[in-house]
Amino acid sequence: MIRATNLSKYYGGKRALGPVSFEIADGETVGFLGLNGAGKTTALRILACDLRPSGGSIEIGGVDGVAEPHEVRKKIGFLPENPPLYQDMVVSDYLKFAGELRGMTREELKKRLTEVLEITDLTDVASDIIHTLSHGYRQRVGLAQAIIHNPKFLILDEPTRGLDPVQIVEMRNLIHDLKQSHTVLISSHILTEISQTCDRLLILGKGKLLGTGSEHELATKEGEIRQITVTIRGGSGSDADFRPTARTLLEAVDGVSSVADPYDYGGGTTFVLSTKRDCRAEVSRAVVEGKLDLIKLDYARSELENTFIRLVGGVDASN
Amino acid sequence: MRATRIILRRELGAYLRSPFAWVIAFVLLLIDGILFQSQALAGEQLSAIVLEKFFWTSSGIAMAAGLLLSFRLISEERQNHSLVLLNTSPVRDAEIVVGKFLAAFVFLGVLLVLSLYMPLLIKVNGKISGAQIIVGYLGLLLIGSAALAIGMFASALAKNQLVAGVAATAMLFLMVLLFPFAKKLGDPVRPILQDLDLWWVHFQSGFMRGVLNLKDIVYYVAVTYFFLLLSVKALEAKRWQ
Repeated sequence: MIRATNLSKYYGGKRALGPVSFEIADGETVGFLGLNGAGKTTALRILACDLRPSGGSIEIGGVDGVAEPHEVRKKIGFLPENPPLYQDMVVSDYLKFAGELRGMTREELKKRLTEVLEITDLTDVASDIIHTLSHGYRQRVGLAQAIIHNPKFLILDEPTRGLDPVQIVEMRNLIHDLKQSHTVLISSHILTEISQTCDRLLILGKGKLLGTGSEHELATKEGEIRQITVTIRGGSGSDADFRPTARTLLEAVDGVSSVADPYDYGGGTTFVLSTKRDCRAEVSRAVVEGKLDLIKLDYARSELENTFIRLVGGVDASN
Repeated sequence: MRATRIILRRELGAYLRSPFAWVIAFVLLLIDGILFQSQALAGEQLSAIVLEKFFWTSSGIAMAAGLLLSFRLISEERQNHSLVLLNTSPVRDAEIVVGKFLAAFVFLGVLLVLSLYMPLLIKVNGKISGAQIIVGYLGLLLIGSAALAIGMFASALAKNQLVAGVAATAMLFLMVLLFPFAKKLGDPVRPILQDLDLWWVHFQSGFMRGVLNLKDIVYYVAVTYFFLLLSVKALEAKRWQ
């Protein structure tokens, strides 16, 4: 069991996380979901005992992570955002080094190394120097070092970052296999990755825990949430920066509960609206009456995406 | 201790694989050799004086080697993100620091051994005692280890290698220049600062001349220990930042 109680972290005077509290049961696969800067990496680094929290406590496998980080580290495998690789080392030597650091004997390592190389599909490159490997292989070596000592808890920070679509699927399958024997925490801002891999989600936004539960539970808790994506271009005679006006217009539409920060896409500016009903007609009317060009209008995608936008949009609005 | 041994082994392997370490060794030995030749061939001199001059230049080489071998030890790992592996393994910060220090110390020792042919040439062609050579080399090892520890501390503090290199060089210069700086000050600061100087009092007046003083040995061991301790504290502090 992993238990975080009122966990917080400040960098200088700036709050990066918390206070947040959550529990993760043994055998669960939990996804940390949040935008960049939401505090996911900070939370995971604290759980991996890489960072000390500014406040609160963590308990991992019954051991206090603040008082006895040394003991906790024995139970944890951590794959950070950038895999902690020694580029000059041969893959198998590096994994042996990682295993020895975690207290494994040579006999244990001999047996486990073959298993881990097979699990992570690294057998063919076991004798290669790490810097000669592709990004996908390096990510696998990073994962291999995290599981070499067969830890009870596995913490993976953006494990599919920078991978191509094929490698993403392979990594996802690998994590699926690891779920059978480990308690896994994964952070990501890729919604599909999280929804396909995790039993439960912890949604973070600006250091706060915005929601927790399964994808379905979150959606139910938040009410039936729909999403409208509207892409707009400034019409003739409109302001050069029409975004504030457009946002005000969209927020005023009956049925729209929140509007996330817009982004430029496809020759226009895209606004993502969280709504409680299908109000496409009202949205399109508001855009046209506001003398803006309506380029595209999309309605309701996945359940998780809606929930996420709604939760994160809520925290944006409150800030 | 087990983790220290594991880290020491990996670091030594890294030195063997790294062209950087061998380039440092080659360049420093080349400079040492050129300086030795220019001193040894500079007219008729007592062999003891030639040996003193050799240790004079070699002490600079040992300090430079100490700095060059140490300033990357932690800052490079921080920059390459590999430090996370050590930080999230059941390894104490002291074991990381000592493991890395010992590896650099061994490499420094190898580098100094490779320069041994020069005093041996003096011994063959002149009249010096083996003890004088041993004392001088002990001094080189000690002053080199102090420079290593200073570089390690800068490396533990800095976010990148460049900053670590500059900080380590500045700290080392400060430690070496304490003696001439203290001359301008009055009592009781002057003798204290002079005793803290890294080179003039403890190396030039002792090891360089073949004089073995326990206080000089204690001084270098203390400086090395102090900066290694600061390195451990700097690593610990980084976890709180």
